[in-house]
Amino acid sequence: MSGVDLGMPSFPDAARQAVRDAQLRHNLGNATNTIRNKRAAVVGELDDWEQLRASGAAIKAHTLSNLDSYLEQFESAVTAAGGTVHWARDAAEANRIVTELVRETGETEAVKVKSMATQEIGLNEALASAGISAWETDLAELIVQLDEDRPSHILVPAIHRNRSEIREIFRREMAGSGTPAPADLTDDPVQLAEAARHHLRDKFLRARVAISGANFAVAETGGLVVVESEGNGRMCLTMPEHLISVVGIEKVVPSWRDLEVFLQLLPRSSTGERMNPYTSVLSGVTAGDGPSDFHVVLLDNGRSEALADEIGSQALRCIRCSACLNVCPVYERTGGHAYGSVYPGPIGAVLTPQLYGVESEDTASLPYASTLCGACYDVCPVAIEIPELLVHLRNRTVRERKGWFDRLTRTAMRAMGWVFGDSGRLARAQRVASLGGRLFGRRGIGRLPWPLSRWTDARDAPTPPAESFRQWWERTRTNDEDGR
Amino acid sequence: MRVALFATCLGDTLFPDAVRATLRVLERLGCEVDFPAGQTCCGQMHTNTGYHEQAVPAVRAFVSAFDGYDHVVVPSGSCVGSIRHQHGIVAEHGGDRKLAEAVGRVSPHVYELSEFLVDVLGVTDVGAYFPHRVTYHPTCHSLRMLRVGDKPRRLLRAVRGIRLIELPEAEQCCGFGGTFALKNPDVSVAMGADKTRHVRETGAEVLCAGDSSCLMHIGGLLNRQREGIRPMHLAEILASAEEER
Repeated sequence: MSGVDLGMPSFPDAARQAVRDAQLRHNLGNATNTIRNKRAAVVGELDDWEQLRASGAAIKAHTLSNLDSYLEQFESAVTAAGGTVHWARDAAEANRIVTELVRETGETEAVKVKSMATQEIGLNEALASAGISAWETDLAELIVQLDEDRPSHILVPAIHRNRSEIREIFRREMAGSGTPAPADLTDDPVQLAEAARHHLRDKFLRARVAISGANFAVAETGGLVVVESEGNGRMCLTMPEHLISVVGIEKVVPSWRDLEVFLQLLPRSSTGERMNPYTSVLSGVTAGDGPSDFHVVLLDNGRSEALADEIGSQALRCIRCSACLNVCPVYERTGGHAYGSVYPGPIGAVLTPQLYGVESEDTASLPYASTLCGACYDVCPVAIEIPELLVHLRNRTVRERKGWFDRLTRTAMRAMGWVFGDSGRLARAQRVASLGGRLFGRRGIGRLPWPLSRWTDARDAPTPPAESFRQWWERTRTNDEDGR
Repeated sequence: MRVALFATCLGDTLFPDAVRATLRVLERLGCEVDFPAGQTCCGQMHTNTGYHEQAVPAVRAFVSAFDGYDHVVVPSGSCVGSIRHQHGIVAEHGGDRKLAEAVGRVSPHVYELSEFLVDVLGVTDVGAYFPHRVTYHPTCHSLRMLRVGDKPRRLLRAVRGIRLIELPEAEQCCGFGGTFALKNPDVSVAMGADKTRHVRETGAEVLCAGDSSCLMHIGGLLNRQREGIRPMHLAEILASAEEER
């Protein structure tokens, strides 16, 4: 996979394949249903949830509108604590910096904490082409990496796999990159976890370089916060000698105190837990304890541009909890691969086109990958108005795209807009429709030509009635002249 | 009370029975109903697809037809959602201050049917009689843009003879989504298929909702599958009365 190259089919085409995969639909339906019920239960325990949510949104909005000064504060604090900050404009620059930093250590392998930012820039592939092996240590990320698959979910990258599939992957692939899976491995979750633990242990013990992302970067202290469930992240952050963290510039929060809000919002929204099993905070270097050198690569990669869009910039509040994926009825049917980006689901549909633009068909199709049902907004812990953003980005797509199909659609839309601009024109269009309706009889219309075949391939269409409401009103109520 | 009826383009053109039923309920409750002839469409199809500029004529027609009414009643949660949340955005795109002012004047007076009956008229029992097994699908925009809550269910529960059956996973979207149904037909149908499965599980004879658009999608699937389950607008059930049977 590559986090940068979005050379995927556009969403409708990828989704067509996905909805036909019965196993995928089953796996996704089960998993999202379980997580969303867990989330609903633990969120329901807090009577101040809406206030927490508003605080989360306000802190993020405030930080984003003063991002430059908070980033400078963060840089000073990291430097004072013995770390080094690097600034990366785009994926290529970030990859070059990280590759160089690993080369300087003389190592050819690194362990990794699960990180969306490094996926976004395609770091593993960049390192591989420089002869450096980067081993994912998050269980789900390991499954995906072993299978040379792509993650399908922000939080649960292997959500599209069930345990018998995972057993097969472990048996087939583990030996190729270290400790093999036991020959008698079953699909019992405890056994699967144990196999992963053994496989990862020799990597943790051997690794001298670790690569991480961060959930939060505290400007006040220069601290990086990593929350996780398995403890693998803590191993990566504490055992190796060299730590390199790739952090999106939007991850900064002003102060230590702000974590009070986010450490309640994030675990409840993401895993349906009251708090994360592991919360690690790393602030610089201390002799004899943890890494002896520490580098933070602050990644822009389209974020500054998104920040300049008054409505679109809301998407940068995202804390990557993935609650919106778990409630999205579209995501539930298609899974993450259909979105063709490391950020799938509703948040991906608003973030990806902003990070990469809407020039290509695949990113331009993403804002349309939603019914605007609004479930995503209701669960978002930082109250990102995703439906509003989707509509906003659709408008951007309409304004920026100039292909023949876009022109054709625009002409059709303009014509319909013209009809809706005047009730006389609408009335004439209705008479044409009812004429068509009389040709079809009363049973409902079976098949219509393209583009309406996209409706009638699976659904009957209603037969236009002989008389519109407007005509009926005129026929039966026109003696009343004072109505307009 | 004098109220204006907004039929919506879909209701006016394809589902006049639902609009006539709305009229019947309002008149039975003593409202004097106007049908402003200049009305057309709320512009939602254009706005939601990203054609904000092309939605301006519809918004202009809407405000000019309904300006001055204290109450505008609409048999569609989705159109009311669009009027409340998007007309301002469209007016801004049209770059017209007068239009924006008119939008600000008109939209606070626009109500979805169940909101109007329960909140404005203060009625839950509209005197309906409908002796059938019914399941209710709360449409997304009524539920999440308007927050109508249990108002439609309260109205339905007060209908004499009705047997109201809870729909499993009721709050999940049916997959219509306006032009989504055409742009992503496969996902739309997959979602609709799950919805019809749940409707079938209830054993209901009638599927009720407050939006003709969602009913057109779910009903179109039920009809293609020859399920023999009848889609009915909320207004049609509320308009059924014993003496009229």
